[in-house]
Order: sequence, then structure tokens, then C-alpha cells
Amino acid sequence: MIGTLTPVLSANWGAPQSWKYDAYVKQGGYEGAKKALKMPPADVVGLVKDAGLRGRGGAGFPTGVKWSFVPQDNPNPKYLVVNGDESEPGTCKDMPLLLASPHTLVEGIVISAYAINCHLAFVYIRGEVLHVHRRVQQAVKEAYDKGWLGKDIQGSGYDLDIIVHAGAGAYICGEETALLDSLEGRRGQPRLRPPFPAVEGLYASPTVINNVESIATVPSILANGKEWFQSMGTEKSKGFTIYSLSGHVARPGQYEAPLGITLRKLLELAGGVRDGHELKYWTPGGSSTPMLTPEHLDVPLDYEGLAAAGSMMGTKALQIFDETTSVVRTTLRWVEFYKHESCGKCTPCREGTWWLVQLLRQFEAGTAPEGGVDKLLDVAGIVNGKSFCALAGGACACVTSAVKHFREEFELGYTTPAWEAFPYERSALFAMDSLGGRA
Amino acid sequence: MADQIVETIPVTIDGVEVRVPKGTLAIRAAEMAGIAIPRFCDHPLLDPVGACRQCMVEVPDAGNGRGFPMPQAACTLATAPGMQIKTQLTSEMAKAAQVGIQELILINHPLDCPICDKGGECPLQNQAYANGRTETRYEGAKRQYPKPLPLSAQIGLDRERCILCARCTRFAEQIAGDPLIALAERGAVQQVGLFADEPFNSYFSGNVVQLCPVGALTATSYRFTARPFDLVSTDTTCEGCAAGCSLRADHRHFEVRRRLAGANPEVNEEWNCDKGRFAFVSARGDDRLKTPLVRRDGELRPASWPEAVDAAVAGLRGAKKVGVITGGRLTVENAYGYAKFARVALGTNNIDFRTRPASAEEAGFLADQVAGKSFGQGVTYEGLEKAKQVVLVCFEPEDEAPIVFLRLRKAVRKKKLKVLAIAALRSYGCGKLNAELLQTAPGDEAAVVAGLKLDADSVVLVGERAASVPGLLSAVVKSCHKAGAKLAWIPRRAGDRGAVEAGCLPNLLPGGRPVAEASARVDVAAAWGVELPAEAGLDAEAMLACELDALVVGGANLDDFASAKAARRGVERAGFVVSLEQRASDVTELADVVFPVALIEDQSGTFLNWEHRPGRIGLVNPQATNKMTDLRVLAALADALGKPLGARQARQAAAELAELGVWGKPVGFAEAKAASGDGQGLRVASWRLLLDNGRSQDGEANLKQTARQAVAKLSPADAGALGLSCGDIAELSGPDGAAELPVAVADGLAEGVVVVPANSGGFALSALGVAHGGRLSVSKKGGK
Repeated sequence: MIGTLTPVLSANWGAPQSWKYDAYVKQGGYEGAKKALKMPPADVVGLVKDAGLRGRGGAGFPTGVKWSFVPQDNPNPKYLVVNGDESEPGTCKDMPLLLASPHTLVEGIVISAYAINCHLAFVYIRGEVLHVHRRVQQAVKEAYDKGWLGKDIQGSGYDLDIIVHAGAGAYICGEETALLDSLEGRRGQPRLRPPFPAVEGLYASPTVINNVESIATVPSILANGKEWFQSMGTEKSKGFTIYSLSGHVARPGQYEAPLGITLRKLLELAGGVRDGHELKYWTPGGSSTPMLTPEHLDVPLDYEGLAAAGSMMGTKALQIFDETTSVVRTTLRWVEFYKHESCGKCTPCREGTWWLVQLLRQFEAGTAPEGGVDKLLDVAGIVNGKSFCALAGGACACVTSAVKHFREEFELGYTTPAWEAFPYERSALFAMDSLGGRA
Repeated sequence: MADQIVETIPVTIDGVEVRVPKGTLAIRAAEMAGIAIPRFCDHPLLDPVGACRQCMVEVPDAGNGRGFPMPQAACTLATAPGMQIKTQLTSEMAKAAQVGIQELILINHPLDCPICDKGGECPLQNQAYANGRTETRYEGAKRQYPKPLPLSAQIGLDRERCILCARCTRFAEQIAGDPLIALAERGAVQQVGLFADEPFNSYFSGNVVQLCPVGALTATSYRFTARPFDLVSTDTTCEGCAAGCSLRADHRHFEVRRRLAGANPEVNEEWNCDKGRFAFVSARGDDRLKTPLVRRDGELRPASWPEAVDAAVAGLRGAKKVGVITGGRLTVENAYGYAKFARVALGTNNIDFRTRPASAEEAGFLADQVAGKSFGQGVTYEGLEKAKQVVLVCFEPEDEAPIVFLRLRKAVRKKKLKVLAIAALRSYGCGKLNAELLQTAPGDEAAVVAGLKLDADSVVLVGERAASVPGLLSAVVKSCHKAGAKLAWIPRRAGDRGAVEAGCLPNLLPGGRPVAEASARVDVAAAWGVELPAEAGLDAEAMLACELDALVVGGANLDDFASAKAARRGVERAGFVVSLEQRASDVTELADVVFPVALIEDQSGTFLNWEHRPGRIGLVNPQATNKMTDLRVLAALADALGKPLGARQARQAAAELAELGVWGKPVGFAEAKAASGDGQGLRVASWRLLLDNGRSQDGEANLKQTARQAVAKLSPADAGALGLSCGDIAELSGPDGAAELPVAVADGLAEGVVVVPANSGGFALSALGVAHGGRLSVSKKGGK
């Protein structure tokens, strides 16, 4: 099936008022939950495990396996926390999903929470996206009204409450343990592991943390079966996912396709790189995933394929940059982001991103000293792999991959400002007319 | 309780196989193998955080045959059987990682070591030299902040120097339980922050200065006053309370500049309280006694030592009814001097160290339960940690023995210790112990004690205030005895426990020998070569209530007594008063002869802490201007009286006391009955706050600023009935007078009770003539 779009999560996005309960049910909504509530919880875990669903937040950990880590003999309550703190640069899959079909998530939560014997689930949504937050709240309210949440759901005897929580807008709170701290009302900083959240997570109780898309995928597996799910994707990366194309592409947006599709195919579907330009570099899954070049157009976009190409699946945020773009400038912007979002807890991330930004600014301004590229790589090297969580690794990945593919462009920074080599207005997407169409 | 057998696992560090207890962190395991891994945030007494990342090591095998591809932080890595760890000594990966982190830590750290308090004793400086690059590659801008930022009157923060290791914030939260500082902001501008309206007024705040691995936290009183390499350090024991903390006193030019907590795992671990750390300048004021004084023509005039000794002897010789009152500042050796002086030179058992509300019941309790025991026979700090339940009776550990508080808090956090507090109100300190309140009105504690469910794993800690509640100590002894529970008396002052042992009580001779026991008297009489009076003497209050012919006072303040007025009258009525004191006081001003005595820092000796653990007092200042200790003065007086004391120096007194040994036979204890608490007014619950008007804290204005505000706490019902609300001024009156305090309405306080500090702000309970358990009438100032 590779090569075609497979709208499942996005199938109902075009329906009138798709975010409403009635519209969702009309499309077959809550059928998966009905099935699940008739099954023993352990069978639901088994089904998701067998289907081969892997986490859609970036790391790709098998979802069902994660659920099975929850110690059911622990006397504390079990919690399900849905990570909707989508903040990775370039990533925009969960927000449109929640905006268009929040009930997909609610249904997914009902099934997943039931599977792990959880009676209180949390949805942690990035605070800036108020409209999404409201829409999820509305959907939760509707679900309560329709008997899909609260006491004795649909007569099954199962109780579940959902709390929708707005974060305060920190990238680090997408890191699952920082999210838990934030949810508990503390500053969002990653926690020491072990103990792992499955054993001691929220309020020191067993906790499963899943990405929005992972949970939203669960209802379709229940409704259609594991064979249906396994029929899509590749050997080790089953199913479908949302690829978000952005940047210098003719029709940016969400493309739901089986895992393992190539960028070449996705670009065809999206109308290619913007007119008159060609692909220079791209990220497979947000800025934390090492960048790739046109030579990687045929790499299968699944966990294994991207790993083999020296990158990562990440959030499947495909940022497309054409030949007008300065890779130095792109990298600087990304690292500025990481510097701004570093939580400050550990030295390498806090100080390293601070230093990297200052170095990259020299490259952008054309004032980097001779040999500065090696120092840049060296600093990235002393940061990478030493930090408390993965944030600093992401910051280093964009630097090292950019230098790997475009070293000469960084060396140009010894003499030439990036804005002279790559006039910035040429790569701007929306200001072409006002600039007289110079692009 | 037998120690559990510790399961050990084998791990290999730099090729050396060692066995370490299961669960040991890699950094500790390396220490056990004698390998030091550089670190900043790691501290064995704080929970691991893994923030600084300095302690990176290579782990080629995690014990499961697989290694970590990237270096790991040794401070958060739990060892596993068979784990291979390679430190900077054998691993290029580890070394490179450590050098890299060191460089990153330094990029934003100012190069102001030459003017930094920490320079010369700075872990960052030392480890940068040992493990860092020789030159920086950083050419960018460093973070800049205004400095110092006061966290409190005592502690200043330099955010530029801070490396954000979170030691101070973890200390505040985990150890002290005062999370008044916390990391705020994020990224490179993350910083130690505090509440807008609440400074870091923790009793333990000074520890963060010592704990800081850089010069980011400095003490206001010490900043820029000395360089570490110019200081001379002396190990000593704190004179602040009965906790018995080891201290390091640093002097320069023979003046103590700062005091640090000594490392003593069995007592204070690595902590002390702010009083112990900062209150050491009280004798530097104008009131330090420099020469003997003799009263001539109604006025105290400076006199030579021989002149003063002659004058004192003239007054003491021939006096029939004499007494000796000693306070809580005495070393064991000095206390022994007084105990012996009273018996040998004055021929009396009228001696008492209890310059505070006391009772005959308490004297009996001390004889039976406290005196004559050796260290290890009773409760210890370790015993507190191992107990399942600790009951606090008339004892507020945070105020009265702060290190006991810290140890209890540690056990509550780490070992699920249950603390019960018998009190009228769950105090702030007891709240931090998560203590269950067994609520009672002050004075009625005995009834609650009688109903306690105790067992062999229970410890009952009873404070000095118990003496003012009739029947309470009897009830405590009875309940503990019945259940096999352990009992410890924790007095407030450093010299109290030693005074009991030395025999500064009317009913006790040294070593816990009861005066009433003929065989006990024989021991002492033989050693001292004198006849000993067979009748028990008068206690301090009784001495002051009768007209003494002569009174010898050492280290007592009149406002420590239940009634300052009565105490003053007692001293005034005494025919002749000799005072041995460090500074002019309300006693010296009434005395006929005053002898200046040496400060604690100017002498050596011993304190016994509440555990009966001896703590050595080191001679800090070898160039003291006055080396005349209490003992030395007493020996001079005894010589002149023709009844030599025998011991003139501390070590002689210590040797005599050791040779006497302890009595070690049961003494028996006559139980006292509880008294009915009827009367008018509100019952008073009161104790001395750690930081208050105590004279040892004089001269340290910054410390005083961190003291808790003096307020009268009332229950909502009483406050309502009296028409008082928070912030109003209440007038409190007792038999001796009246005083004012601002009101705080305390939810959860028992009705009919007012909680006041004993001696804080403008308020002294003894001026009203009331003690804990007594009654005060409370009204609104200016009200009807």
C-alpha cells in the first residue's frame, strides 16, 4: 500500500463540524471503545501490542509494551497522561488533529485508560494553543454528557474522568517527566530516572504517558483489528501516521500515509518544492532530528529507515528548505530556540546552547574566526550525550548534521555574512510580492 | 537493634573489583575504591540530582553485558552486579567528558577568584586546576547580574558565580524543610530565587554558604573579611545548645572570623544551626569584663586580682547560709569546679544550675533518669533514626536543639519515623516533622503522657520545660518504664548535661551520686578529703527566696528564672554576692565582687551533649587576654579560704571527675502528683525560640534580623472573644507585671491557651512572673 495516502485519523477532518460528538459518531466514532469495554483490559493491551503500534511522539517505543509495564499490583491509582505539548520546531500534527477531531483522542483515552485500569486521565496541552484547548474541553464535556466519561461508562461499570490541563508553553514540558512535574504544579524540569513513570510517575503512582497521536490511533485498531493495522506500514513500523510538510513546498500540510513512505512520494503529493526551486535540505522529524539532503529522498520514512540514514523518525515534521536558504541561519534559529527552551537544570544544555548560539551568530555575521567550524563541532561534541535529557542532543544534532552536509557554507562564515550569500528575502515565503518578486 | 546484614554486589572500577552495598551510586562506589570523581552538585547527604554533569564516567558494561554508548553521570547511576566503570583515570571518554563539562561550567563563571571569599577553598577552583583545561576557549559574553542579592540579612547571593548545582535549594527543601529558596527562570538565566515577601530566614540558612561549591553564597558577617589561607582553624564544640555540634572555628589575628559546621556523622553530620554558626561575637562589645571589680562605697570599681580575691574571701568567710548558682554556659570542668567549691570550700549542698523554672520533682528525675549514666547507655542520635516513634514532651526541637530536629526530620523523610508532639499547637517545626499533635493545654501534659501507646521502639524526648508542669516527669517515667520505651532528657543549654554529671544540683554529687546516700557521700568525701553535708541543699529558687549570707553566681541571667523580679530580689537580699562572669550582667551589677572569666573560645574543656557524649572544646584563641576560667578563679578563692580545691586546670578537673566515675546504682524516684490547673486567664505555652534575646546572640545584628517575630498566638475562639485579630496588640499581664505583643490568630491552637515566646523582641515572660503552664490575662490594648 506504500505510496498512497491512508486517511484514518484525518478521514473526518473535512466533515461539517467534525469536532462535534454527533459528527464523530456518524463517522463510526466510539465503535472501538464499545468493543474495548467488552474485552478484558489485558486483552486490549495485548491487541495494541500485537498490532505493533509504536509511539508517535518521536521515540517509537511500542505502545502496548509500555502499557504492560504498569504494575497492576501497585496499590496506588494508575494514571494515563496524554502528551499534547507539541512544541518541536516544524511539528504540527497533534494540534490540527485535536482541532478537527478531538473525540478521536477522547475515545482513545477511554480505551487506553480502560486497558491499564486507570480511572483518571490527563491531557496536557500546550498553553499557547488556546483554541485547541477549548475544543478538547468541549469534547470532554460532550463525552461526559453522552455517557462516555464519568461513572459507569455506557453501563460497563467502568469509571473514568479526564482533566484537560493547559501547560504554560515550555518545550521541555514535552519531555515526559518534565511534563509530570509541570502537571503536578512544579517547574517543568526532567526528573531523574529510575524510577520510571510506569512505576512512579504522576504523584508517585504508576503512569503511562503517550503522545496524542498514539492514543488517537488506538480506536481505529480496536474498530478494525490488528490485521488491518498491520497491513499498512513496514515490517517493524506498522500502520499509518501523519506527516507534516512545511517550508518551501507547494502545498504544505498534513499527509496521512503508511509508515515507510518516502519524501519523494510525499513531495509529489504536496506538489513538490515551491515553483522554480529545488530541495536543499530537510528534516525528517523536527529540528532535533539530523537534517537530510536530496540524496535521502528515497529513504523510507519509518523508524528503521531513518535510523539507517543517520537520522530519526521524530515527530515526522518534514521541514523543506530550498536552495535559497542559508543553512547557517537555519541552524542558528534552531539553536536559539533550544537555548531559549533549555530548562537550565544541567550544565551542558544550559551553558552549551548559550555558547553555541554565540558561535553561530559569528558564522551568520561572517565574523567567525578561521578554524571556527572545528571549534563549533568540538563544543557541540562536549555537549552532546552529557545532558540530563535529550534536549541538548537535539540542539547538537542540528549543528553537527548541518556541518556534515554543508561544511563549506559554514566556512564561508569566516568571511561572508550569511545574508549576503543567501539574501534572506529570497527564502521568505510570504513576502515575495512586497519585495518585488525577487525570489 | 542489631544492624541488618548489608547485601553487597561486585563492581569493577578502573579495573579494581570492589564489593559495595546494593544500591550504591557509582560515585560512592568509586569513593569506596579510593577513586575521587570530580563533582559539584553531588552531596552524600542530599538526594541526587544529576545537574552539574561533572562526574561523567564510561560504563562499558552495565552488568548485563551491554554498555552505555555515552558517558554517564556517576552521581545518579546505581551500580549493578558486574558493572564496569571507568573513570577519568582509565577512560579517555570519561576524561574528555569531564574536561568538557568543566569548560562549560566556567564559561559563565567570573574570574574573580582573587577577591572571592571561596578562593583558596573552592571546589570549582580546585577541580578546574585538577581536571580542567589550562585556558578557556570562550570569548563570548558572560551572564551579568547585580550582586550581591540578599537572600536574607545573613546570606548574599552572587548569581554570576552560581553554577546552579542546586545544593542550596535541595538543602533548604530536603534538610531544613524551609523551601524559601528555589531555582527560578530557565536556561542560562536560571537562578536561585526567593519569594518576593519572604526572605530565606531559615534557622539553618548558614549551611548553604558552607555547602556552596563556589563563592555564590556568602555570609554577610564574613564577606571580604579574610582569605581561607590566612585563617587558623580549630576543631571545637558548639556552646549554643545541648546538641553538641562539632564546629570549626577560624581565627585571624586571634579574632574568630567565622565558624563552620564540623563533619561529625554521629552528631551533626555536616550541618549546624545559624545560632551556632553566627553567634560568636557577643563578648566583643563594651560590656566585656576586663578586670575584677570590687564594690567600694556602693560602687563597683576595678581592682587587682589579689584585692578582689581578698574581698571575696572576706565576704565568704564566716557566712553561714551560702549558696552557689550556675548557669548553662559552663564546661563540665568548670561545673565540677563549682560543685566541688560549694562542698569543699563553702561546706554546702546549696548549689543548682537550673536558673530557670525547676522543681524538686525534676531534681529527682535528673538523679534517677539522667545522672550517672555513660554515653551509649541512653538514647543517641542514631537511636532517634532507628526509632519507629518519637514523642516530644514539652520539647520543640527546632528551637531548643536544632540538630535533634534535623536528625528527626531525616528519619521522618528517609525512615518513616512517626513523630508525636504533646503540645497546645503544632508548631512550625513540628509541622516540618509531619508530627501528629496530641493536643493538650499547657500544664495538662501529664494526662496525655499517661495515655500514650508506647513500645520498645518508641523514644520519648522531654524538654526542660517539663519541670514547670507538676507530675509530668513522673508520668513520663512511668509510661516509659511500663512500655520499655526509651527516654531522653534534652536540656536547652550546652552546659546543662555536664552540670548534672558534675554535681551542680542540691541533691547530687558528681557522677550521679545522691547526697542522701551515705555510701555515695563516702566515695566523694574520700576523694576530696573532706566531710560532706548529709542534707540535700536548696535549689536555685529556694536559695533566692531566703536571705542568704553569701551567694556565688556563675553564668546566670535573672530573666531566665520564672520570675525575674523574685530572682532579683533574692540576689539583692543576699548578704554578699560574688559573680564570675564574662560580661556585665544583671547579676554583676548587684554583686560585691566580680571576677572576669575566660570566654569559651579562650579555653579548652568538654561539653556533654544531651546524649551524654563528650565534645572536646578546643582552645581557639591562644592569645586570650583573660585565661582565668571559672575553675581557676574558684581554685584561687578556695586556696585563700584555706580549703584548696585541688584542681586548677580543666584537665585536672576532668581527671578527678573521671576517677570518681559514675555511681551506677539505681536511685529511685519519688513520683509527684499532677496539680489542678484551675485559675483565671489563659494558660501559657512558652519556650525560648532559637533566635531570641539570648545574650550570646548580642552583636550579631544580621542573625537577629532572621529571628521569628514575637507574637502572642491565640485560638480563633479566644481571639474572637477578646475582640482581637491578627496584628492587634494584646496586653498580657501576670503577677509581676504586664507586657504587649502583636496577636497572631492560630488555627488549630487549643482554646484557652496563649502561646508566647519566652524572651523575644520586647517581650520577656519572666518579667510577668509566669512560666509555661501558668496563667496570663490577655486583653486588647486600650480595650475595656
